[in-house]
Amino acid sequence: MLEIKNLHVEVAGTEILRGLNLTIGAGETHAIMGPNGSGKSTLSHVLAGREGYTVTAGSVTFNGKSLLDLEPEERAGEGVFLAFQYPIEIPGVNNVYMLKAALNGIRSYRGEKELSAVEFLKVVKARVKAIGLDDSLLNRPVNSGFSGGEKKRNEIFQMSVLEPRLAILDETDSGLDIDALKTVSEGVNALRDGKRSFMVITHYQRLLDYIVPDHVHVLAKGRIIKSGPKELALELEARGYDWLLEEAAA
Amino acid sequence: MASNAQDVAEFVDRHYEAGFVTDIESDTVAPGLNEDVIRLISAKKEEPEWMLEWRLKAFARWKTMREPNWAHVHYPPIDFQAISYYAAPKSAKDRPQSLDEVDPKLLETYKKLGIPLEEQMMLAGVAVDAVFDSVSVHTSFRGKLAEVGVIFCSFSEAVREHPELVRKYLGSVVPVTDNYYAALNSAVFSDGSFVYIPKGTRCPMELSTYFRINAMNTGQFERTLVIADEGAYVSYLEGCTAPMRDENQLHAAVVELVALDDASIKYSTVQNWYPGDAEGRGGIYNFVTKRGDCRGARSKISWTQVETGSAITWKYPSCILKGENSVGEFYSVALTNNLQQADTGTKMIHLGRGTRSTIVSKGISAGRSQNAYRGLVRIAAGAEGARNYTQCDSLLLGSQCGAHTFPYIECKNPSAVVEHEASTSKISDDQLFYLRSRGIKQEDAVNMVVNGFCKEVFKELPMEFAVEAQKLLGISLEGAVG
Repeated sequence: MLEIKNLHVEVAGTEILRGLNLTIGAGETHAIMGPNGSGKSTLSHVLAGREGYTVTAGSVTFNGKSLLDLEPEERAGEGVFLAFQYPIEIPGVNNVYMLKAALNGIRSYRGEKELSAVEFLKVVKARVKAIGLDDSLLNRPVNSGFSGGEKKRNEIFQMSVLEPRLAILDETDSGLDIDALKTVSEGVNALRDGKRSFMVITHYQRLLDYIVPDHVHVLAKGRIIKSGPKELALELEARGYDWLLEEAAA
Repeated sequence: MASNAQDVAEFVDRHYEAGFVTDIESDTVAPGLNEDVIRLISAKKEEPEWMLEWRLKAFARWKTMREPNWAHVHYPPIDFQAISYYAAPKSAKDRPQSLDEVDPKLLETYKKLGIPLEEQMMLAGVAVDAVFDSVSVHTSFRGKLAEVGVIFCSFSEAVREHPELVRKYLGSVVPVTDNYYAALNSAVFSDGSFVYIPKGTRCPMELSTYFRINAMNTGQFERTLVIADEGAYVSYLEGCTAPMRDENQLHAAVVELVALDDASIKYSTVQNWYPGDAEGRGGIYNFVTKRGDCRGARSKISWTQVETGSAITWKYPSCILKGENSVGEFYSVALTNNLQQADTGTKMIHLGRGTRSTIVSKGISAGRSQNAYRGLVRIAAGAEGARNYTQCDSLLLGSQCGAHTFPYIECKNPSAVVEHEASTSKISDDQLFYLRSRGIKQEDAVNMVVNGFCKEVFKELPMEFAVEAQKLLGISLEGAVG
């Protein structure tokens, strides 16, 4: 489904990703871990199409299409969703109104009929229940005045409505207390249907107790230096990253 | 992927959609201004002697005055002798009794503007006093309004038929000596609207005027007078759009509002005068004096404006809060693009005890435009317990435009509370990326952020107008994003 080959990315002249390779199959959940500054967020932003990142070499194909040639909204249409580490506040824009425009944008990209307000609200009602989102968040301005936990839950809620093929969770656990972490994880797990793929970017093993990955990768200095089964995360928790970095340098 | 700054620049670069000139024979007075021209205007309008004298007095004062130069706008000097001060569509001489009698070209113009008069009358229930080149051509719903005693007519008609009201209130809010352009308007005003709501009457419908400049080289000098008698309420809508043309045009209107005890006036404007082309050629000079007088106790005047047009805007809808516990409000969205310049804001003059005012101003600058908020809050010594809240936000699109804020606060009463909040921000790449990553096209994303920014003001507009305003903002930001 997602195939990243020898990806090199520069930000303002500094190379951040240095030959990254990663393949994610349909229905798989991959965890990306790694020390600060290893390029985890850069990877998520490049995949979603954020400006300011220059791809100097390599390719990213998503279901056979070159993702790097597409605008961010087209990538969303192809089924890529990024749950932001720091969800953005958009004052004055109603949360549900934004989401309706997003869903219909995606549908029209795929040549599907746009949903009417009534049809859309039905979808929303069902998802709100599944995620355990506070109803009152729906009609507030996008992320404005939301608590950290509310923002993250709102990301997962948006994901549940937009039903992506590949969801990238960028440090979704940061800033969450244990209870919020559980609810958010339950929301994510509810969306694991055997077809949808996940890339879970995190610093901590804790999140992976709730969202159990099929594969764990360690990203350091812009490359995947180690891949393994879910147990690798436990080992990282116990031993840190240094031994891997030394191993990679050797 | 193209750089974002460039996209936004392309994006806001769009053509004026209401740009067309309808071919109607105009009864136009040769350019130039002197006493004879004023006598001619007055005679053409069959005005009584007192009206002519009022005009001549204003003209005498105007000659002694100088153009103001304190605003944050720049333009070549205006040759007031090169302007023609009167133009009337020919068909106005025989006043039409129904739509059938109206020049079909006029109706066509309205249709291009998306305001089919017939439909509006039937569907929206809005009474339209359409001002086309200085003479009121059509007035609707007069009958229904007359039933409750509301007078809604062209200004010239009011001068003829309700002289006692006109003489009592004309110039009582904006005296002829007030400023250069108000004096000029007082001397040469062509036509406009007159509204009187009798005691205790709630006007049964929104009153609406559409303005349009349509003859070459013609200054437009509108005069509007709205009076809400004790306990009366009226909501008045004013919308403008003008055809494409090459030369700068002067537009110097005067609007006076009077609210007596317990009366309330809501005045909403959507302004879309021709802004000039991308190089700033052509476009309207909009030098307007708008002022409301809360003369009575507990009276209220609320201004709401959405300004997207004009090459230069110089406009400060104000409230004089004379009556005890009277309330003044100003809600404004001003969008400038290309080389447009806007210096707009409000004045809240607190004279009475317990008077309150609210100012919410949203400025959006794009292209190489300059957008300034200028506001005065004055609390007089006698305004015990007066209160003001001002919020003034600027949004910048691109890096070549400017936003400026000039707040003036004068407080002479220690019991008063005056608050001022201001912010300036650039439209954020983060916001656009966030929305786009959700599947929303760039153009729609910009629109969404800008509309969100203006939300507080839009919600003050009457429903139909809010929709129109959002549409207008969308058009103003529409562009060639590939």
